[in-house]
Amino acid sequence: MKSKVLPSVPLLAAGVIATPAAAATVSVTIPRINVAEYHKPYVAGWLEPVGGGAARTVFVWYDVKKGGREPGTKWLADLRSWWRKGGRSLQLPADGVSGATRAPGTYRIPLPDNLPAGQYVLKVEAARETGGRELVSVPITVPGKGGSASGKTELGAVTVR
Amino acid sequence: MRNSKLFIATAALAAAIASPASAHRQWMLPSTTILSGTHGGVTVDAAASNDLFYPDHRPMGLDNVTVWAPDGSEHEIGNPATGRYRSTFDVAIDQPGTWKIGTDQSMVFGSFKLDGETWRVGGFRRRPPMAGQGGPGGNAGPGGPAGRPRFDPSHVVASAAEIPAGATDVKLSERVSRNFIFVTADAPTATVFKTGKGLELEPVTHPASLVSNEDARFRFLVDGKPAAGVEVTVIPGGKQFREAEDAQKLTTGADGMLTVTWPVAGMYWLHATLTDNHPSEPRASERRMSYTTTLEVLAP
Repeated sequence: MKSKVLPSVPLLAAGVIATPAAAATVSVTIPRINVAEYHKPYVAGWLEPVGGGAARTVFVWYDVKKGGREPGTKWLADLRSWWRKGGRSLQLPADGVSGATRAPGTYRIPLPDNLPAGQYVLKVEAARETGGRELVSVPITVPGKGGSASGKTELGAVTVR
Repeated sequence: MRNSKLFIATAALAAAIASPASAHRQWMLPSTTILSGTHGGVTVDAAASNDLFYPDHRPMGLDNVTVWAPDGSEHEIGNPATGRYRSTFDVAIDQPGTWKIGTDQSMVFGSFKLDGETWRVGGFRRRPPMAGQGGPGGNAGPGGPAGRPRFDPSHVVASAAEIPAGATDVKLSERVSRNFIFVTADAPTATVFKTGKGLELEPVTHPASLVSNEDARFRFLVDGKPAAGVEVTVIPGGKQFREAEDAQKLTTGADGMLTVTWPVAGMYWLHATLTDNHPSEPRASERRMSYTTTLEVLAP
């Protein structure tokens, strides 16, 4: 074991330096909630530089298909923190960022690979029709330090590694 | 006490002006101030009452409500209705950006003397007198609500323009009352806030970005310049569900800046007043300005 692992460490380190956050991934768990009327939540994840500056949306899941007089975008403002931090100026659908709502489960989303090095807070917010809303924050450092936090109601574990 | 009659007259005048006196607050309450997309709109309640936002006194008149879109165009309200305690109307929000909805009214009121008799200027509560009825004496309608005949109705003129040439002791005040709410679709804009005239609020913190755990900053302007010493009252809605009104009395600094801390998330009524001596009516001695808005403060 030892002989196998040790030689690979320098290689990993070199890889991290070359493409700072290529390996960083966030996993988000949408918990199963037993209620009579369940709707899959709207969920957004974004990165806020600790030193200030614009937030960057990593992903947003909403009812992409619903159109007509009340399109699925109508309820994006229910993700009220994300909306204020940048959602309201994001053109949707956004390539590589927006997607359909997801059923309960754990999902892995790569963080952007061109993030400037520094400290960030990854925020994940979920809002559910006829349900609640929750915001989970995970402080991270790019490159290198991940983290984990968990919601209580609308979100399960949010882990960056 | 020789002046008691005039005192009463002045007090009644103040009470009769469209903008309510300190007791009854005029307010508009939008269903939301933040929209995603431009396929919807808001519905608004409008009333005057002591407690916010609890309509138990009288509805707000909707005749003077205007809608300003982010591009500066003016729009109509939809589905206006006035009930016993409140009015309601809808506004279609079909452009992205920040919209302004509300009333911007000014009037001149006061008194003058003609042949030794005191006349009153302005002070009609609801509608101005009919035009074309001549000068003084032509507008003999009741000046206020029935049952409160404090003036000789034959000694009232509607506006300063109708003060006859021989008038003496002309004492006039100008009152400019603004009551605006702001609704933002998608990204906020700041085109509707500044006109450079009268008392205005310039967002430093945008009304679409208010959060209860962050202080908000607004700059007040008068005629486009920073307004120091503006007295501002900030009151959260829902007094009936707590013990005290929890009003904050604040004053703008030399740079016109106001910093507001929000004790809770919710809808807030903000009312700012400033009096100066720059009325647009040259014979008026003062200009009393008020600026009212309703702000939605989100939980973090």
